Amino acid sequence: MATTEKMTLNMGPQHPSTHGVLRMVLELDGEVITKITPDIGFLHRGVEKLSEHRTYHQVLPLTDRLDYLAPMSNNLGYILAVEKLLDIEVPERAQTIRIIMAEMTRLQSHLVWLACHALDIGAMTVFIYAFREREVVMETYELISGARMTSNFFRAGGLSMDVPPEFEAKVRKFAADMPGYLDQYEGLLTTNPIWLKRTVGNGVISAEDAIDYGITGPALRGSGVDWDLRRDNPYAGYENYKFEIPVGKNCDTFDRYKVRLVEMREACKIINQALDNLKPGPVLADCPQITYPPKENVYNTIEGLIHHFKIASEGYPVPEGEVYQGVEAPKGELGFYIVSDGTSKPYRMRIRPPSFVNLQAIEKMSKGSMLADLVAVIGTLDIVLGEIDR
Amino acid sequence: MGVDNPLGENIITTSLDKLVNWSRKSSIWPMTFGLACCAIEMMATGASHNDLDRFGIIFRASPRQSDCIIIAGTVTKKMLPVIKVVYEQMPEPKWVIAMGACACSGGIFDTYSVVQGIDEALPVDVYIPGCPPRPEALLYGIMKLQDKIWNDKNSFGSAIGLGERTEQAAA
Amino acid sequence: MAENNRAVIKLKEKFASSIVDVVEFRGEVTVTVTKSDIIDILSFLKSSLSFNLLTDVTAIDYLGKKTERFMMVYQLYSIPNKDRLRIKAAVAENECSIQSATQVWQTANWLEREVYDLFGINFENHPDLRRILMTPDWVGHPLRKDYPLQGPDREPYKGRLS
Repeated sequence: MATTEKMTLNMGPQHPSTHGVLRMVLELDGEVITKITPDIGFLHRGVEKLSEHRTYHQVLPLTDRLDYLAPMSNNLGYILAVEKLLDIEVPERAQTIRIIMAEMTRLQSHLVWLACHALDIGAMTVFIYAFREREVVMETYELISGARMTSNFFRAGGLSMDVPPEFEAKVRKFAADMPGYLDQYEGLLTTNPIWLKRTVGNGVISAEDAIDYGITGPALRGSGVDWDLRRDNPYAGYENYKFEIPVGKNCDTFDRYKVRLVEMREACKIINQALDNLKPGPVLADCPQITYPPKENVYNTIEGLIHHFKIASEGYPVPEGEVYQGVEAPKGELGFYIVSDGTSKPYRMRIRPPSFVNLQAIEKMSKGSMLADLVAVIGTLDIVLGEIDR
Repeated sequence: MGVDNPLGENIITTSLDKLVNWSRKSSIWPMTFGLACCAIEMMATGASHNDLDRFGIIFRASPRQSDCIIIAGTVTKKMLPVIKVVYEQMPEPKWVIAMGACACSGGIFDTYSVVQGIDEALPVDVYIPGCPPRPEALLYGIMKLQDKIWNDKNSFGSAIGLGERTEQAAA
Repeated sequence: MAENNRAVIKLKEKFASSIVDVVEFRGEVTVTVTKSDIIDILSFLKSSLSFNLLTDVTAIDYLGKKTERFMMVYQLYSIPNKDRLRIKAAVAENECSIQSATQVWQTANWLEREVYDLFGINFENHPDLRRILMTPDWVGHPLRKDYPLQGPDREPYKGRLS
């Protein structure tokens, strides 16, 4: 007599579709998944422990490397938490530029999401198109900070330096061209019968389950929950901008795809509003205990040199207390919980990673579906292992 | 160096060696081993702006079909056995490129769970520093690997089973 | 101002004996409670006060600074009311365990596994308590203050950092 038994399959850490080093042990009944056990930690670098041994300034480059697809949004979350602890005001020009860069980062992250999600499902052209657009964002990063990806541009109190004059024209052109490119991607995917068959009805999770599992960000909005931190608990000046929050209805992969596409269009609108708002002014708050002096003073006066040396070598002391700052990162709610004991190094820095909490729901979303649908679900959850494992 | 070259070193064998070296360097097929942020720069190098396909480089997902492994990103102690298994599955001739500061030496992560450089476990041919290295830097590193492959000796002999291939450093 | 917070008022009415401390700092309210009533307090907050999203579960190691070594921290958020609350519960080193919050939210599953992995705090009634970020055979709990940064098998860094 022939017997059937379930097959255990290892979707190993080295796999082209797992968006990083994620390992999943699948129990399959034929092609149908009956159990998923994700195994993470292959990129655990000990960032939280390392930040206890570095000054607040030195922790900033570490935050770049968490969600490496949206580096400036991690920087923003961390710097807002530190500024909350320090209780300092950021000048208006710095806030506007921060919002422009945060929205460009959202565009960059969603472009990679679209590229990799489409590539996994089989649409390779979208990958090439999206990475072409992404090059413009990386060139902008390089224009203002010198580095294409891990820019480390924000400082406690503002920005590290002012943007060059070419910045505004470049960003304006990008924000004007982007909706045209989004129409191109939608033309390739939205009414494509293969795309519809692969994504409609896939990875369904209801709103109550999504909140119970702690899902945040576009994945939650795709399930019908109207919540966005930029509108509901505004930070960094978002209260001055008008934008729509897209909400899905059917809780499936296709709705999450539509939500993210609309978010990209809204990001272009915010960038245009912010560019109209951009006025000349200082980019660093006037707090000599915390901010570096201007470079002419550092190179030409002894007081500037000593000032710079003291802050660079010892760090700035931060008042005792604890804060939690959540920002709407492209993946969800990125939170920084910093406990300070009055010295210049954090006592405990906790990073609340959106992808870590979102990934928990993967078993609920894809149990009972087929193996190929699992790849679409991983793509739609938009996980970054750098953030999950820290 | 104690090299035994059973075919001798005349104009015919060196030309055959150069032929094999040329074909190997013009079609390096790396395995996709992107671990962290450097993987994104590797993907950007492979995309349309800086194209890797014009060098003959196609990314293969399976170690059995690739001849180069680009370790792009931080190597943790949990991931190290996986890397060793994958490396052993690759057929000879194979090369290793350590891309990024974390693969070269641990990078900024001097912590309990990070391997301080992949050369603790694998023999690295090219080190590409940077955090992450620019696409141009990755291309330069790959071209240095191409120079190294070009200067290999007895590659034809080892391909037909006579003697061992010896590697020279890049010019 | 913390006294006017709607959660603090209701908590003081119902669980007055469990509340150890209420602090407000930079606009955020933190309520420290005893660990024995933590599940009742969290379920009350979820059901009656609509704090339906458990944002984060983590712990802090106060080695040598406080009598009870660990402090569990629960960050809550209310989607209908859009406000935050932080609940803290002290856990002593000799009785290093606390009730698991997975009974109240499924979110707590992996978050508590991470706290167990990195701090060594045991969670009673957790469905699947095992290491999540480190290898299963790892010895020690890395985020404790007495665990060396470079790990027990490497030399500590002796150079300058800045």
